[in-house]
Amino acid sequence: MDILAQLIVSGIAVGGVYALIALGFVVIYKATSIINFATGEFMMIGAYFFYTFLVMVGMPPIPSFLMVMLCSAMLGLFIERAILRHMLGQPTISIVMVTIGLSSILMGLAEMIWSTDFKNFPPLFPRAPIILGDIIIRSNLFWGFIVAMLAVAAFALLFKYAKVGVAMRATAGDQMAAFSMGINVRTMFTVAWSLGAIAAALGGVIIGNIGGIQPTLGNIGLKIFPVVILGGLDSIAGAVVGGFIVGLVENIAGGYLDPYVGGGVKDLAPFVVLVLILLIKPYGLFGKEDIERL
Amino acid sequence: MTANNDEQAILTVNNIEVVYNHVVLVLKGLSLAVPKGSIVALLGSNGAGKSTTLKAISGLLPLEDGEITDGWLEFEGQRLGDELPHKLVRRGIFQVMEGRRVFEDLTVEENLTCGAYTRRDRSGVKADLDKCFNYFPILKDRLGKLAGYLSGGEQQMLAISRALLARPTLMMLDEPSLGLAPLLVEEIFAIIQEINQKEGTSILLVEQNAQMALGVSSYGYIMESGRVVLDGPVERLLADQDVQEFYLGLGSGGARKSYREVKHYKRRKRWLS
Repeated sequence: MDILAQLIVSGIAVGGVYALIALGFVVIYKATSIINFATGEFMMIGAYFFYTFLVMVGMPPIPSFLMVMLCSAMLGLFIERAILRHMLGQPTISIVMVTIGLSSILMGLAEMIWSTDFKNFPPLFPRAPIILGDIIIRSNLFWGFIVAMLAVAAFALLFKYAKVGVAMRATAGDQMAAFSMGINVRTMFTVAWSLGAIAAALGGVIIGNIGGIQPTLGNIGLKIFPVVILGGLDSIAGAVVGGFIVGLVENIAGGYLDPYVGGGVKDLAPFVVLVLILLIKPYGLFGKEDIERL
Repeated sequence: MTANNDEQAILTVNNIEVVYNHVVLVLKGLSLAVPKGSIVALLGSNGAGKSTTLKAISGLLPLEDGEITDGWLEFEGQRLGDELPHKLVRRGIFQVMEGRRVFEDLTVEENLTCGAYTRRDRSGVKADLDKCFNYFPILKDRLGKLAGYLSGGEQQMLAISRALLARPTLMMLDEPSLGLAPLLVEEIFAIIQEINQKEGTSILLVEQNAQMALGVSSYGYIMESGRVVLDGPVERLLADQDVQEFYLGLGSGGARKSYREVKHYKRRKRWLS
């Protein structure tokens, strides 16, 4: 029983971080209908930005964190303006290829700039693990979860209440009607890319803080596909729920089954669940089945 | 052909030609004018190019791969270039698109927020919101509801309210009667008239329901396959035999239509266009 509780708690904690990264993916998909295969690399670059400001420049953690947000927003803005804006109206497959290419480019750039060496952040939080009753959580994971949840909440509030958030959702719903309201749809695309990059980058900082960073950190980004497909590509609430499900599934499955098969279940389980759920609900748990009216 | 009062016209469309996808010629030299503070009706059958005309004015045309290849538009005495639609909204041109196009996943309140997107004066928006609730009290009860779940009539009310909140000088309505019960259509048209009188908003009204549209307008244009074939003050249009026959469904002398007349209708129509 103790083991299960332990697995559940750490699953939720990891899931929260997945939720944040998935949010970065969903924001871009919802507004622009682009499947961003470079989400993982946005995450990785974000972690390197943090490393740069914290270790190389020597700024305190919180300003470094803010700089990460600023720089990744700029990165998202640049990529949208310079590349994806010109791909508007092109076939989906071309756009997907562009984002895949982008992910390789970002990874290569990271190797060139920061080298392939494994890097660690200096400890940001007290080392002592957090103890809740019988359950022990690593402090980095615990605080990472808290930061991720704060970020998710901030994004949720932005989309719900801020004028720009409402305009983004309107754009996602009906671009032409959004234009007719005086909303500059192109600006909304840029904003979506910036916000998506910020969300992924924050996730990257948290993951980097837990396990260290190297240019292949972006591979973790692949895990967001089970997350977003579970939740439905265009649902923000779905991204959050999907994040938790994937975190739980991989921890519980890994915890119980790894001893028998010698490891690897953790990485495999989310994808098994992904396939199963898609077989039953092809639009994901929260995805829109395109409401037909009239 | 065009109305001649250029000086007081808020909008003039001068001999525009519109081509879709580089090949399909939809408007073949269309001209019209909307005098300041008036309601002008643009009538015509399906596919005559009415919606295209509105989109050419509001700048939405390029989003559908259409482009103006000839002629020009003048709004408040200034020529319109190829501004994007969101800029035109700021200049005072607002189009209520055909089929209402409410944001279905957004609440009524959020839809209204979108309508006021270009506004900076919060207190003004609030006052205008009260006006909307005055015109359409039912919207006030629906504020938190998703717009996708409103009835067609309520959606049309929402669409018009969004337009009101943008506080345009020229409001263009594309088939506000589409899919609504006759009683509701009357209500909507009464409010359109009220908006025109109280807010002083100039209105360009595209309709298939000619009777309703001519009832509230002061001037009318009748389009056939990309051109204006007839225009004039509403009184004259109403008295015109062709209009009575083709658009108001009255045979000569108000008698029932016989098959011969239908054939005559087709022949006359072909001749007109």
